[in-house]
Amino acid sequence: MHPAYSVIVFTTASGAGYGLLIWLSAGVALGLVPRTPALGFTGLGIALSLVTLGLLSSTLHLGRPERAWRAFSQWRSSWLSREGVAAVATYLPAGALGLGWVFGETMPGQVTTAAWLAIAGSLVTLWCTGKIYSSLTTIRAWNQPLVPPVYIALALGTGGLLACALLPMFGADARWAAAASVVSLVVGWVLKRRYWTAIDSAARTHTAEAATGLGHLGTVRPLDPPHTQPNYVMREMGYQVARRHALKLRKVAVGLLFLMPLALLIWLLAPLPAFAQLTLAIAAVLSGVIGVLVERWLFFAEAEHVVVVYYRGGAA
Amino acid sequence: MTSLPEASAKKLGLVIDLDTCVGCHACATSCKEWNSNGYSAPLTDDDAHGGDPHGTWLNRVHSYEVGDGAESRTVNFPRSCLHCETPACVTVCPTGASYKRASDGIVLVNPDTCIGCKLCSWACPYGAREYDHGDGTMKKCTLCVDRIYNETMAPEDRVPACVRACPTGARHFGDLGDPQSAVSILVAERAGFDLLPEFGYNPVNKYLPPRARKDREVTPRAIEAPLRAGPGSNADRFFAWVDKALSR
Ligand code: SF4
Ligand code: SF4
Repeated sequence: MHPAYSVIVFTTASGAGYGLLIWLSAGVALGLVPRTPALGFTGLGIALSLVTLGLLSSTLHLGRPERAWRAFSQWRSSWLSREGVAAVATYLPAGALGLGWVFGETMPGQVTTAAWLAIAGSLVTLWCTGKIYSSLTTIRAWNQPLVPPVYIALALGTGGLLACALLPMFGADARWAAAASVVSLVVGWVLKRRYWTAIDSAARTHTAEAATGLGHLGTVRPLDPPHTQPNYVMREMGYQVARRHALKLRKVAVGLLFLMPLALLIWLLAPLPAFAQLTLAIAAVLSGVIGVLVERWLFFAEAEHVVVVYYRGGAA
Repeated sequence: MTSLPEASAKKLGLVIDLDTCVGCHACATSCKEWNSNGYSAPLTDDDAHGGDPHGTWLNRVHSYEVGDGAESRTVNFPRSCLHCETPACVTVCPTGASYKRASDGIVLVNPDTCIGCKLCSWACPYGAREYDHGDGTMKKCTLCVDRIYNETMAPEDRVPACVRACPTGARHFGDLGDPQSAVSILVAERAGFDLLPEFGYNPVNKYLPPRARKDREVTPRAIEAPLRAGPGSNADRFFAWVDKALSR
């Protein structure tokens, strides 16, 4: 599949945004973060800006962005529509949490309830994003049960890294956020490894013989192409990164997304001056985000659509 | 609404005969011509006069070599939307632009509400949907919905443009939901089949397999007369001259 850059940016930015929203909400609900208005304003501001930036970026992928509002209508059947509805719905508790945090609670328990709802909304949105891909039976590398859990784990991982950088700026304890990030990244790493094993060992069961129904006559090989230049289908669905490059990029993704941030998080546990801590945390965020971008690019570039068998024969 | 309707009684579709198709692309070009002006207009092209000309077409004709050695043969293979009964291209659509008509089973894209998210094209295993960069919307075969019910046209023209254009009669149009229809009988007689049935999309369109080869039984006849006879009759010379003139 052709890597859609606006979608890659969208899922990376909004993933980190939802991850941060989840951890800040959890911090509030469990009493792990101070209720300083400045932290609430900045933290939730960054989280919601990333989410919004991601959503806006995803509309760049559309042929008719001005009609994007129509995408909220088909939540009964479409995961893409559900994602949109869940994303918009999550703004409500997130906004209530922000108001309660910054301006003070007006009703007892208001902030805690909003925090739990924001967590639920974020998780549902991330799950829907994963389901958009994993529900497509036409693309074997996407039609995998591990796709939504990986999306969630990586969002929690990158959001946790953001929290590690953010909390110390407001004099808050970030050790719980570091622990949360370590757990999320390790889980993400294990799931992603399992995912790669799954797609590497998946049998290529859709053949050109079945696609044309001509298998009883022998092997089916393309003779004359239907058109001289690649069409939309070939440009969009025929894109595939060479296996050699993919394996190299998997290593890059593992290094930047898991190894580097984990090493930096461990280093953060040592007693360091505040400035050094902040630098390490920001380095971990940058490394993790670039790692997710590489991972997302590969998610597209390694995925093969069944339609390619009509053009190149063989199996997919 | 992108939820699928109850199974429609009427299932309009095509039956494509892989035995008779000669791969002339008349169906594809007539489709492009009709649909550049009808329901699917505009059906735009990119870089039409440049180095990388490509554009949106709703029908594509592949040619395959099938089998090995003396048993091999060429099979021409037109590919377009199969108007599936339970297609995910409809259910994944977030806007309701992609829909299946309850009245006759035709799968359409509403050009006024499609946002061009391309998800439906990802969900189609048959590569039947092509995104129109010029228009920002998704395009697909409409089964010439603007011809088949068009009472301003002569009755023989009320079939999809591809069916009308096919010079070998390899394309048949009709109601595959009616077991007595000509197309249903044809499918039954010739063992028509579905493409990629394992996806469970239940295509309405059917393909007819190439007939068994007969040339194994036939003994090749010796060529009776040399191809280039010397100056024969005046008529022969006249036709030879015509042939030469026309092939210049
Ligand atoms: S052939 Fe493709 S576009 Fe047409 S109905 Fe089936 S899945 Fe949808
Ligand atoms: S491209 Fe248009 S028709 Fe296809 S899923 Fe998106 S909105 Fe629906």
